[in-house]
Amino acid sequence: MRATRARAAFPHAHVPPRRAFRPSAAAVGAAGRGAMFAELNELLNASPQRPEQGKFTLLRDTRTDGSFLVHHFLSFYLRAGCKVCFVALLQSFSHYNIVAQKLGVSLTAAKERGQLVFLEGLASCLDMLFGEEEEEQAGQPRPLRFISESTSDLRALFDFVRTSLAPAAGDAWPGRVLLLDDLGVLLSLGASPVAVLDFIHYCRVAVCSRLQGNVVVLAHGGEDSEDEENELVVTSLCHHSDLILWAEGLATGFCKDVHGQLKIIRRASLQPGGERDVLQTYQYKIQDKNVTFFARGLSAAVL
Amino acid sequence: MICGGLAVGTLLLIEEDKYGVYSNLLFKYFLAEGVVCGHDLFVASAKELPTNILKELPAPLLDDNYRNELGEATAVKSEDFQDFMKIAWRYQNLPKVEVSPTSSARFGHYYDVSKTMSSELLQSIKCHSFFLPEELSLQPTIKMCNMNCGYARLLQSIQKIIYQEGFDGSHPQKKQKNVLRIGIQSLGAMLWGDDICSTDNPEDTHSLTKFLYVLRGLLRKSLSACIITVPAHLIQNKAIMERVTNLSDVVVGLESFIGSERETNPLYKDYHGLIHVHQIPRLNSLICDVSDTKDLAFRLKRKLFTIERLHLPPDLSDTVSRSSKQDLAESAKLLSSGCGAMAIGKKHLDF
Repeated sequence: MRATRARAAFPHAHVPPRRAFRPSAAAVGAAGRGAMFAELNELLNASPQRPEQGKFTLLRDTRTDGSFLVHHFLSFYLRAGCKVCFVALLQSFSHYNIVAQKLGVSLTAAKERGQLVFLEGLASCLDMLFGEEEEEQAGQPRPLRFISESTSDLRALFDFVRTSLAPAAGDAWPGRVLLLDDLGVLLSLGASPVAVLDFIHYCRVAVCSRLQGNVVVLAHGGEDSEDEENELVVTSLCHHSDLILWAEGLATGFCKDVHGQLKIIRRASLQPGGERDVLQTYQYKIQDKNVTFFARGLSAAVL
Repeated sequence: MICGGLAVGTLLLIEEDKYGVYSNLLFKYFLAEGVVCGHDLFVASAKELPTNILKELPAPLLDDNYRNELGEATAVKSEDFQDFMKIAWRYQNLPKVEVSPTSSARFGHYYDVSKTMSSELLQSIKCHSFFLPEELSLQPTIKMCNMNCGYARLLQSIQKIIYQEGFDGSHPQKKQKNVLRIGIQSLGAMLWGDDICSTDNPEDTHSLTKFLYVLRGLLRKSLSACIITVPAHLIQNKAIMERVTNLSDVVVGLESFIGSERETNPLYKDYHGLIHVHQIPRLNSLICDVSDTKDLAFRLKRKLFTIERLHLPPDLSDTVSRSSKQDLAESAKLLSSGCGAMAIGKKHLDF
């Protein structure tokens, strides 16, 4: 079912699907092959054969873990043949690799053929703190320099992103993507909210505008969060995002068959034409190799 | 309770109960399990000498009959953690909680809280200790990441042990791979030189989170598992606790009934406190194993510490007066489903 772009009377009105959402046969087939979340592609009207360009996507989660969205976009863009720079701050490489393999993509192979540039934050931080002295003098890049130095700007990290995605001779990858998991870690490590917003801004200019690539960023936090710095960053990014995917835990608590609710907000208001934003809400259930989506209240367990 | 064990390479954070009584107990259980499994230990504290902590570990119950009396082993997650080893998480689920039947291999050991572990057993393993007052006096202060000096010193110490003892695979000629269990007591307390527990606007809000991030890196890169207790009830800046939770793999909060109004609440008369699960690990997979209920309570009997699913007593409308019915409903409202739920509402629960 294609996502409809109806004109809503109110800016963020919910647009209900015309009929109960059923994944198409193609989607089911793709899911059977262990592809990225085919149903999510349908909901977003996205396809690896024709990835969008110049888009900033914000992934949010509240009261739940939205990292399944990161896994989706990682495998999606690798399948789409884009060059991906993944700034993975929270988990190790093997974690993402194991999940990606379930989705039919090998991160190791992608790294070897130069399609994936992977920054493992945890390892990079350790090297910086406990690494040998010679490595430092050899001019090894230190993208997480801001943790140990008094300068709180993320310039070194931006330089890393820029050089990773810079067009190179003999490059076989037409698209460019920056993926970041997750933004809250930067704040936890001492970066100021302004520094984080500056960094994102620079990345947008470099990746979305200059390279016609895409940026996907995950940030945690919700309405009842006490972390004001985080809320400031997330709210600011919401205003500048082309697409927002917001995973929320159910308000009524944990449920075995419905793990959460996903709001898809298309910021049509940012585009020329000045149309209203489109909001769609679905519920989802995470499985071992796939995530299924359904309209609210229409979980298979209920029907 | 937490997916069948603490995986190697992960961090378990315990938010201490008000007087630290039960969190200390769980801390010692973790260390005791390490001794019985033959793991190496690393114990860090700013207030208690690690050797004293080790003298008070509970004694293991090695009597089969006694174990059979108490009931079957705990739930074990069927999902494979690949090349991670599972370390037994010391708890007991009574038959009321759904347990998936496992193979006959025992998972975890049982302990008698009223007895202390023998020193012979303790000497069979290698213990490394870190006592902050001693460490600070030994060497000059070091600078690391603009972090609190105590935390920086602790990280250095942990990294040194991991490297020297080969837990990160740096000495492949070592015959047997072993696991390092790291226990850090009351991190964030004032004795560590951090002021997050004493003021609303601490001078340095990032030391603890930086420490946890670097520690996470060390754990992921080595055959070690870590338990940390934090006096969360003293940390007034809630943003810090949110960040700390995000940086930990498992977060469990203990709420004891000592000195609180719940002590006299008939709902909780059999228990000594509640357990709140704030975070569960989602490692190497899309899904995580969330148990059906998150209303857990614990009690400390003379010999055993048990964790049970909390259930409401039957609502006997004949004998229960109007006011106490209201109390029960209020208490029922507080039974939240762990990671994020709203109040049930001022309605009586009808059974």
